[in-house]
Amino acid sequence: MELIFEKSVAGRLGVALPDSDVPGSDFLPGNLLRTDPPPLPEVGEPELVRHFTNLSQRNFSVDTNFYPLGSCTMKYNPKVLEEVAALFSGCHPMTALLPGGHIFAQGSLELIYCLGRMLCEITGMDEVAAQPLAGAHGELTGIMIIHAFHKARGNRKHIVIVPDSSHGTNPASAAMMGYEIVTIPTAPYGDMDMNLFRKAMNGEVAAVMMTCPNTLGLFNPHVGEICAIAHEHGALAYYDGANLNAIMGKARPGDMGFDVIHLNLHKTFATPHGGGGPGSGPVGVKKELIPFLPVPRVVKIDDGAYALEQENPLSIGRISGFFGNFAVLARACAYIVLLGREGLVRVSEQAVLNANYLQEKLKKYYDLPYDISCMHECVFSAARQLKQGVHALDIAKFLIDKGFHPPTVYFPLIVKEAMMIEPTETESKANLDAFIAAMIEAAELAEKNPQALMQAPVTMPVKRLDEVKAAREINVCHLLAQGTGHKARD
Amino acid sequence: MSGADYCPNTPGEILEMLDSIGVGSIEELFEVIPPELRAGSLGLPKGMSEFETLRRMQGLAEKNSRKLIHFIGGGFYDHFIPSVVNHMAGRAEFYTAYTPYQAECSQGTLQALYEYQTAICALTGMEASNASLYDGGTALAEAALMALRITGRNRLIVDGAVNPFYRQILRTYLKNLQVELVETTPSADGAGREDIRLHVDDGTAAVILQNPNFFGCIDNLADLAERTHGAGALLVATVYPVSLGLVKSPYEMGVDIVSGDGQSLGNPLSFGGPSFGFIATRREYIRSLPGRIVGETVDVEGKRGFVLTLQAREQHIRRHKATSNICSNQSLCALRGLLFLCSIGKRGFAELATLNRDKAEYAKGVLGGVRGISVWNRTPTFNEFTLTLPQDARKVVEKLLSRGIAGGVPLGDWFRGMEQCLVVTVTEKRSREEIDALAENLEDALWS
Repeated sequence: MELIFEKSVAGRLGVALPDSDVPGSDFLPGNLLRTDPPPLPEVGEPELVRHFTNLSQRNFSVDTNFYPLGSCTMKYNPKVLEEVAALFSGCHPMTALLPGGHIFAQGSLELIYCLGRMLCEITGMDEVAAQPLAGAHGELTGIMIIHAFHKARGNRKHIVIVPDSSHGTNPASAAMMGYEIVTIPTAPYGDMDMNLFRKAMNGEVAAVMMTCPNTLGLFNPHVGEICAIAHEHGALAYYDGANLNAIMGKARPGDMGFDVIHLNLHKTFATPHGGGGPGSGPVGVKKELIPFLPVPRVVKIDDGAYALEQENPLSIGRISGFFGNFAVLARACAYIVLLGREGLVRVSEQAVLNANYLQEKLKKYYDLPYDISCMHECVFSAARQLKQGVHALDIAKFLIDKGFHPPTVYFPLIVKEAMMIEPTETESKANLDAFIAAMIEAAELAEKNPQALMQAPVTMPVKRLDEVKAAREINVCHLLAQGTGHKARD
Repeated sequence: MSGADYCPNTPGEILEMLDSIGVGSIEELFEVIPPELRAGSLGLPKGMSEFETLRRMQGLAEKNSRKLIHFIGGGFYDHFIPSVVNHMAGRAEFYTAYTPYQAECSQGTLQALYEYQTAICALTGMEASNASLYDGGTALAEAALMALRITGRNRLIVDGAVNPFYRQILRTYLKNLQVELVETTPSADGAGREDIRLHVDDGTAAVILQNPNFFGCIDNLADLAERTHGAGALLVATVYPVSLGLVKSPYEMGVDIVSGDGQSLGNPLSFGGPSFGFIATRREYIRSLPGRIVGETVDVEGKRGFVLTLQAREQHIRRHKATSNICSNQSLCALRGLLFLCSIGKRGFAELATLNRDKAEYAKGVLGGVRGISVWNRTPTFNEFTLTLPQDARKVVEKLLSRGIAGGVPLGDWFRGMEQCLVVTVTEKRSREEIDALAENLEDALWS
């Protein structure tokens, strides 16, 4: 499809701006001025609408397709949440930071405070900070809190332990704070190898980062023991909340012994994923870690009003511009209010039921490396299909032709040809059955006609794309590729 | 029934599924959780209908004051958003999709992000942009980390007139990385040139500036670029994108890495988020960029298509050796930025910048004429400028708030010795009447 830049016609006008009601000025001297305006497209509104409507139709999305992308919790996003977010769109964040300004932002501050209390109840933590802007940002914040905690005690711990099944963001976040990473392999039973973990634990370890259920979709029954061992060595236990959708009302990370957690509101609490953000990654901590939380913090003051604590000597400092992705927080808050205590439990129950149903129906056709009851997602291997030359990627592309967004493939890294399927609770049995039928068809094709899988997809606007060419002949800016609009360096 | 849960399976279907799995109840599926780890019932209220939920949230929203007239900025700006931005970004095919890992069924998001990257390059003059970061402050921190990686040095010089929140974020990010951070003294003449010249040396990774700076001063950074490059260091600048409709591009000024906050491009204020951070650079540094990048390529039949590219930099491949831990970005906000720029268009964007400058110049004249007030900046300004008041600006701002005017950002909390200073922002949304009313109320607050 043509780019919006290629639809541009010199002199065509877009949205009109109001006339000026003040005298013109020529205050900027020439050495500060551009000679030409930025080379943005010149298109009319009808053209613009058609372009982006057509573009949108080249996407699979939760609202158009089953989207069982493992680890991402692509559940339905209730429409009313969009209306809730719009209620707060005109609030300037700086208002609350002006002297006496918190009085003018009581609604927004109360929302952040109440959401924090509800998230504490769901997770068993004592306090939540809402500022992190995504899950990985929450992880980084959590690691900073752990670092500050040890530093305040004069500890010089320099190691962070992660299982080899962890999300890539775990070691990447810890490395950003200068920690050395020690990776523990997975045992044949599907969890971090306890013997190797015990051997790796020592006084140099600052934290152990766990995902529970883990990235194989399994609940680790030793998780309480792992936290206890970490504590014995003076380390903290970190909980990656990517998979909280499986256990709401069933188990709480705080009760398991975790000291610091992050949540992904865009996963568990149904806020739209936006094509890759905005997300929101609040961090929860136990009592002794509260002083280290980032500022500014929403607090309830004596007269019952909500205010901002802008400084705290032990705080890790500021980690984002203001108070977090507020419009995402507002949606998540409304979601929890909508579902309430029973609704959230049903969510986890149905998510786990759907995943187990898929796992049971497909395990005859695909290798299941860990054949035990799963939680909210299941991980198959296409190792059997690989014998016919069919990769997990080929199966993924075939599913696209069948109208399904593929599962997450090649993650977790510890499963060969991994296919990680997370149906979520918002899919009906009928949808699951249709997906199961497509997966079975793929398995059969792998035996009979593997070529058909390797050519998929054939129904999309484009066929398989040349990723090597994209990485070698880098074209990430149309103006540069065209050699227009850019002035040579002086 | 207490509240919705969006779980469609009927009791009959649930029984069928349990039967297929071979268990008697859903509870059996949770037996893997040891009893000592099982939670009691959640201490939350029971669910509500959509109608009740909306009413409850409306109640909260009404506790915010909606009538304030904004002359405040400080990183977030009250700009006009064309309807077409909301409508196009409100298409569920965009907002209920996720990171475009599967390119063939994500061409909509991928092409839009490629167009976004091109639009950011158009504004900044740069040759490569990523597909967005979280916000302006974290984007500047990522730009600093990028400069450290490129140069292999460990010293940063940060101008004292960079947004204080951004400097705080930078300090937080660098806390455990053995990096020396030198901050210059803010100056009414723009960048702290004397300090920068004094400190920049062959151990310096980057000089970090804001343009226009937090006080509103616009500066031509070309001489600083020359000095910085002479020491083998990089010039990093955080910019206010709307100003780029008028002001010379960072590329032309010699900046190596440019970042900023995209809120003012079509994203509502929303009490501080979500917005998006942008980052762009010269082509030689593209492999050091953090986050997602979309590239153009062809499919097996030679047809144009778009993919996530250069993924070998990223955490899901490189784990702890990645250029950043960033995973999701602010894709939908970046799409809003693109929609904003395309709807306003080339000429409109320049007009928008001019309108902001003209309104601010008018306000500067009127407010600077109030008894006892003087303009602090000794350089040209864009749509923000700093006033020196005859008393602590914090007290004045509090008085103005009680009259329904958010009259500016007082600097006393963040800049020692600037207790009497007030940064005033005037966007295209402020009318001449509102500006005149601010002047009257300011005079009143000061003298009666």
